[in-house]
Amino acid sequence: MPISPSDRRDLVVIGAGPAGLAAAVTAAGFGLRVALVDAADRPGGQLYRQPAPGLGATRPEALHHSWRAFTRRAARLDEERAAGRIRFLAAHHVWAVTRDPEHWTVHAVTGPDGAQGRAEVSGRQVLLATGAHERQLPFPGWTVPGVVGAGGAQAMLKAGLVLPGRRIVVAGSGPLLLAVAGALAAAGATVPVVAEAGGYAGYARAPRTLAANPGKLAEAAVHGAALLRHGVRLRTRSAVTAVHGTDRVEAVTLARLDRDWRPVPGTGRRIPCEALAVGYGLVPQLELATTLGCAVRRGPDGTWVLRLDGRQRTSVEGVWAAGEAGGVGGAELAFTEGEVAAHGIARRAVPDALCRRRDRLRRFARTMAAAHAPRPGWTGWLREDTEVCRCEEVTAGRIREAVAGLGARDTRTVKLLTRAGMGWCQGRMCGPAVARLAGEAGPPADRRPLACPVVLGELADGQD
Amino acid sequence: MTPRRTPADLVRAVPGPAFEIRLDGRPLTALPGQSVAAALWAAGVLSWRTTRRGGRPRGAFCGIGSCFDCLATINGRPNQRACLVPARPGDAVTTQEGHGRADLTV
Repeated sequence: MPISPSDRRDLVVIGAGPAGLAAAVTAAGFGLRVALVDAADRPGGQLYRQPAPGLGATRPEALHHSWRAFTRRAARLDEERAAGRIRFLAAHHVWAVTRDPEHWTVHAVTGPDGAQGRAEVSGRQVLLATGAHERQLPFPGWTVPGVVGAGGAQAMLKAGLVLPGRRIVVAGSGPLLLAVAGALAAAGATVPVVAEAGGYAGYARAPRTLAANPGKLAEAAVHGAALLRHGVRLRTRSAVTAVHGTDRVEAVTLARLDRDWRPVPGTGRRIPCEALAVGYGLVPQLELATTLGCAVRRGPDGTWVLRLDGRQRTSVEGVWAAGEAGGVGGAELAFTEGEVAAHGIARRAVPDALCRRRDRLRRFARTMAAAHAPRPGWTGWLREDTEVCRCEEVTAGRIREAVAGLGARDTRTVKLLTRAGMGWCQGRMCGPAVARLAGEAGPPADRRPLACPVVLGELADGQD
Repeated sequence: MTPRRTPADLVRAVPGPAFEIRLDGRPLTALPGQSVAAALWAAGVLSWRTTRRGGRPRGAFCGIGSCFDCLATINGRPNQRACLVPARPGDAVTTQEGHGRADLTV
């Protein structure tokens, strides 16, 4: 599909979550012509997912923290769209960004599942606000229906007003678990326990960072109070080490962990439940960035994050990033970074206050990432027959055989020998686990030339 | 006993008229705006696919279109992410077996 030069934008923002939304409206406010592209049909990203209009939610804010920070910017988006400064391309799944001499072209497939057609939009500069997905660690029974991502359970609740069961255990690591447990309980589920594999003691080692972030402490207090109100117990240094049931979840085993997350023998306790919401923090989605050649570094939790300068520029001229792509840090940081980036893109001086807020929230994010980062002992809860790669049904035993028996030393070799990471999700679910089993410190940086599935016919159409 | 609170109570939802979809011929009720996966969860259904190798049941896992565990055959088209595709009146969802392309097997 050829693009007429008149259609070319000053800026294309990929992702309409907090970072992308804030960047788009701020840049439009400076007079830039912006295209805002998102896979969903409305702005908000994963965090500010809302029930579809047909569900008639009159109090959507009941499912959200900092709802006003979102609605204020969403209202600005409506104004800028009406004024023609922002083109909002909903239900556009971006699969590649390519460089032409004078501009960037963003390639997308369209429709709710990306199966309706193809579209392109181009701009002089690009901002990557691609967010994150959940980090998962495998355990026996994690493929049984009723085991869902913690973020997944929250997404299904926020968008569809549904629960995977009435009695739901929440487990994994990271502050998202508290928010998820609070939301599930408020929506009528019984949450017998929240199992946090890490702990909250790590925060105490950064007293200055905590003192500088009273808003974050208030947020934690809100979640803590919500859990107390619903009688939810938080158990730290604990993990779900097995799920019981064949076609549906019937119970989980909760065990104590040592400092390195090795399950402590003899501490397993069976807890009956209908579902398990589990997740071990978030992983930035970097495939578009790494394919463009943007430099990355390892964050304090072992994930890859983009290297960014003080104005949110990546190492590639004309490509900017904001939000989780630079390290998982939550909505307030994402809004702030989006605004910082928009100043830079519009060649405006970035207000000092904005930079200071960004730096303060970034420090808190690093403390948080370190406190909840997976420790290597979790592999102690795997059995030989535990599936690690959900798509290709590759067990821990087969991966260990590839490593110990066939000499695989990295994720890529394990993949070639076992097919782990070769399926539909392209290693998004099993990547961190396979890397650990292969003896790597963390998974390699995302290398997915196509960031989402594209049917061959759509690719062939491009050869004109 | 007071009736149990629901997600709809929490956000004081006043949904549009419910409609019918079918899972393997069985009628289920869906609400406008719900994804196919959400409508299935609302009916207590957690799996609608069997895996290629082990034939094991799967359903929605990541809930945001990243994991592809929720693939379903919807109105005859296989491999659609049920967590992303909105339910429409009269949709026929069929449990997807394996890669969903048994018709192409020679």
